Amino acid sequence: MKNKLKVLRAEHDYTQDQLAKAVEVSRQTINAIEKGKFDPSLVLAIKLARLFKTDIEAIFIYEDQPS
Amino acid sequence: MMKNLKQHTLKLAGWTWSWVATLALATFGPKFIWDEHQVLTTLAIAVNLVNGVMMIIANRRYFNAMDELQRKIHTEALAITLGLSVIVGLSFSLLDQTNLISFNAEIGFLVGFIGITYMLALLINRKRYA
Repeated sequence: MKNKLKVLRAEHDYTQDQLAKAVEVSRQTINAIEKGKFDPSLVLAIKLARLFKTDIEAIFIYEDQPS
Repeated sequence: MMKNLKQHTLKLAGWTWSWVATLALATFGPKFIWDEHQVLTTLAIAVNLVNGVMMIIANRRYFNAMDELQRKIHTEALAITLGLSVIVGLSFSLLDQTNLISFNAEIGFLVGFIGITYMLALLINRKRYA
């Protein structure tokens, strides 16, 4: 699953640490999501979408076939 | 959240050390401290057992305090450790039963193997998601 988390984080001027604290996870988790190594749970995806005042689909792009 | 996890880590460390200390007391106490006194030995084993239960409860709370990635890393490490421990443990036991090794397959070896496997699996997994 691809995501635009890094772009949104930069647009909102958050560091990884600040974003991690805002959604109550570790900085490593934010880093792993940004690198596409870890897909977040629905709860975390909703938290991120609410924080950036957008839809989940605007952050995460599901692909049927892994590229 | 991270502060909460740190508190749970410290509590788990405390109960782990306490369990190790009471295990050592229950193991060596009868011979070196209280001269095989049965009541004291039973008491020492009971205290060790209670400490073990408290350690398990602390470990569960530690797990629940983790975030989802940390939990995934630990769960995968536990799965690898469980699988390897059963397979390697039984093979080791077979080596002993068939006298292919000159020493006894003690439970201590398995405990040591579990600890090392879990640590290695954790390190590899942490690196994978870094």
